[in-house]
Amino acid sequence: MTTTTAASAALAETKEAPVFYVADEHDHPEGSSTMLGFWLYLMSDCLVFAVLFATYGVLGANYAAGPSPKELFDLPLVALNTSMLLLSSITYGFAVLEMQKKNQNAMLFWLVVTGLFGAAFLGIELYEFAHMIHEGATPQRSAFLSSFFTLVGTHGLHVTFGIIWMITLIVQVWKFGLIEANKRRLLCLSMFWHFLDVVWIGVFTFVYLMGVLR
Amino acid sequence: MFDNPELMKAIFGRLSLEALPLHEPILVATFIAVAIGGVAMVGALTYFKLWGYLWKEWFTSIDHKRIGIMYIVLGLVMLLRGFADAIMMRAQQVMAFNGSEGYLNAHHYDQIFTAHGVIMIFFVAMPLVTGLMNYVVPLQIGARDVAFPFLNNFSFWMTTAGAALVMASLFIGEFARTGWLAYPPLSNIAYSPDVGVDYYIWSLQVAGVGTLLSGVNLIATIVKMRAPGMTLMKMPVFTWTALCTNVLIVAAFPVLTGVLALLSLDRYAGTNFFTSDFGGNAMMYVNLIWIWGHPEVYILILPAFGIFSEVVSTFCGKRLFGYTSMVYATVVITILSYLVWLHHFFTMGSGASVNSFFGITTMIISIPTGAKMFNWLFTMYRGRIRFEVPMMWTVAFMLTFVVGGMTGVLLAVPPADFVLHNSLFLIAHFHNVIIGGVVFGMFAGITYWFPKAFGFKLDPFWGKMSFWFWVIGFWFAFMPLYVLGLMGVTRRLRVFDDPSLQIWFIIAALGAVMIAVGIACFLIQIAVSIKNREKLRDWTGDPWNGRTLEWSTSSPPPVYNFAFTPVIHDNDAWWDMKKRGYERPADGFKAIHMPSNTSAGIILAGISALVAFALIWQIWWLAIVGFVGLIGTAIGHTFNYHRSFDIPREQVVETERARTQLLQTARA
Repeated sequence: MTTTTAASAALAETKEAPVFYVADEHDHPEGSSTMLGFWLYLMSDCLVFAVLFATYGVLGANYAAGPSPKELFDLPLVALNTSMLLLSSITYGFAVLEMQKKNQNAMLFWLVVTGLFGAAFLGIELYEFAHMIHEGATPQRSAFLSSFFTLVGTHGLHVTFGIIWMITLIVQVWKFGLIEANKRRLLCLSMFWHFLDVVWIGVFTFVYLMGVLR
Repeated sequence: MFDNPELMKAIFGRLSLEALPLHEPILVATFIAVAIGGVAMVGALTYFKLWGYLWKEWFTSIDHKRIGIMYIVLGLVMLLRGFADAIMMRAQQVMAFNGSEGYLNAHHYDQIFTAHGVIMIFFVAMPLVTGLMNYVVPLQIGARDVAFPFLNNFSFWMTTAGAALVMASLFIGEFARTGWLAYPPLSNIAYSPDVGVDYYIWSLQVAGVGTLLSGVNLIATIVKMRAPGMTLMKMPVFTWTALCTNVLIVAAFPVLTGVLALLSLDRYAGTNFFTSDFGGNAMMYVNLIWIWGHPEVYILILPAFGIFSEVVSTFCGKRLFGYTSMVYATVVITILSYLVWLHHFFTMGSGASVNSFFGITTMIISIPTGAKMFNWLFTMYRGRIRFEVPMMWTVAFMLTFVVGGMTGVLLAVPPADFVLHNSLFLIAHFHNVIIGGVVFGMFAGITYWFPKAFGFKLDPFWGKMSFWFWVIGFWFAFMPLYVLGLMGVTRRLRVFDDPSLQIWFIIAALGAVMIAVGIACFLIQIAVSIKNREKLRDWTGDPWNGRTLEWSTSSPPPVYNFAFTPVIHDNDAWWDMKKRGYERPADGFKAIHMPSNTSAGIILAGISALVAFALIWQIWWLAIVGFVGLIGTAIGHTFNYHRSFDIPREQVVETERARTQLLQTARA
């Protein structure tokens, strides 16, 4: 009997002798609040991005006689970049499916593939940054570029930490297997990774697509 | 080596012997006093062999009760520092008339008013509020700890690390001279090239991580760990206000983190977010920081409202009047607190329609707040009121806070605000609500829950002395500022031309001295109470005839809080249990699964403080090494899978048997 059913049984008895404590209690499963806690953290992280999006929204047209999005953004490259990240989300999904089926090696394989897609995304982004800076479009050049580099760079930083986390988890699963704690961590990273995907869709739309339209 | 400036810069960054404020006699004297006190304390701890005990039982503890107490100790220590700043400002403003420059130069004075604001909000009010929530919430909801016990310890140490950085700025370098919100362009590199603003940024960033994580932690705790039967509308009001406060923390602090990160990019990387050139816009900073800043004041006041609710119903011996409306009022305030931030800068020039919107939303907040006020009054109506110290604070709050609330409504009228903006009227207003609301609330809460935490009550005589000096001192200290504000005196002034103003500053300074006596009485109260603890002992665990679950366990509670998880049938769960003949279980105990202590929190926070220090002084190698170490330590901690242990059944039986015996002695 779990705690909750014991409790509801206890509540049902109120009419007769009131029950004021759970006599037959079992330990709560460890980590039962982790998913909620991680969701809350993600929402707080979402607010950091909201600040950066708002700043980009306010300052994004202040070119200060410098380059504008139209001159800078190379849409085919960004489209390639976006597909890298979207594919990495799909492969993470495959990893979670394998995890549910308890196929440890298949799961690790998909995790490695996800990490490689993530690394490809970062590589292309760094190439894009280097290219822009080489052309004189540095973060210092205008408020538009300050907010552009900060928004996109913060996302990139998150992907970097996601990859570091992924490597850690690959090691931990490889060493300790698909134990409960590791499964929980894999699901947290999964949420983090998909969250970064969602944020990137916002970046792609508001920064790149609408920037070129402007 | 010392004559090679390049090498010195590579090793020490901006840090040099000149960073020590040897030319400031006040600071040198303070440093000597702090050093002597510090050496004496370290010596005493070593002599009495307390380091091991502190480390094992407190610093590495993941027990929410111990962490709560440590938060409150941090808040009280920082209160002394913040108040020292306050009384220095009062002394300066009293003296600086008739051509006198006072005793503080502008460089020092500007740091003092900045540090006062930063410390009082972030390192006094926040730790006190978080500490009380940490201590009380799990007990009130019948839980054995918070949802993430390790994170709780880590949060506390991050807050402490932030406080330590602010304190370090006193003796190594300097603090910001920008006012407590560090508005650019003043706080930008062009006008504040020194380390002051960097101390400000990094201490708040480090402490902010702690605050955010403790917010996440307490929400998860309240949502997931309530005892069976405790539906949302059966939660004690303090837990409700704690929930709303932590929702506000999670929804507001990331904005502070974000905006401070942008400011630091401006300062470190030369970006143009808030500069006056290249398309930057300083008003963006002001908007963002107040989108955090306004919810922040509700983060502080809501738990205080919760404390008053608990105190009023306990000391009137009545169920709280209008529980449901109290909950809804709290939630409405939570939501509205996000829709008012612009009232902090009506003079920005955003136009009549925008100002009207924010003026009206601000005035609307007074409606749920007023509803709360009436609920407390109606709880008192026909109650059997016991004027114990917590109840006295509550009555003083009701009288004081209403005045502060009304001056707030005055300031919410944009045309009036154009006159009163940035004046001492504003200073009087927010001290009126923060002291009259938050500080009085914290004292009520500390006095109320002290016997729960330590097993004996606080001495009522010195508590009343502290109360009267604080309350009367408050009125003397801040009413003159309303007058001065209406006469047009602006805030943060160091010297005055008009001698007719001096009398008001003298009255205000007298008030500050009375508050100082109030603080002294509080400290004496603690000392006297510890001395007389046997006389003040609470054997029952329920010294005030309380109504909520925390009073159902012993004082101080066992590590596991409750041997059996309680089942709740009513809002005032413990009152209900007492009324319906609850019998304490005497057998059937089981082993209890609890989280283990860990030193990871204090180590991670220590490294964070080191990284922050390196960034402030631009010691790049140390920042990089420290950051890599931080990530490495964090990853290393995740390799520890054994984070809990069982308290053996025998120990639980023994603890509960001792309690049974105590209760029998108390009854006899």
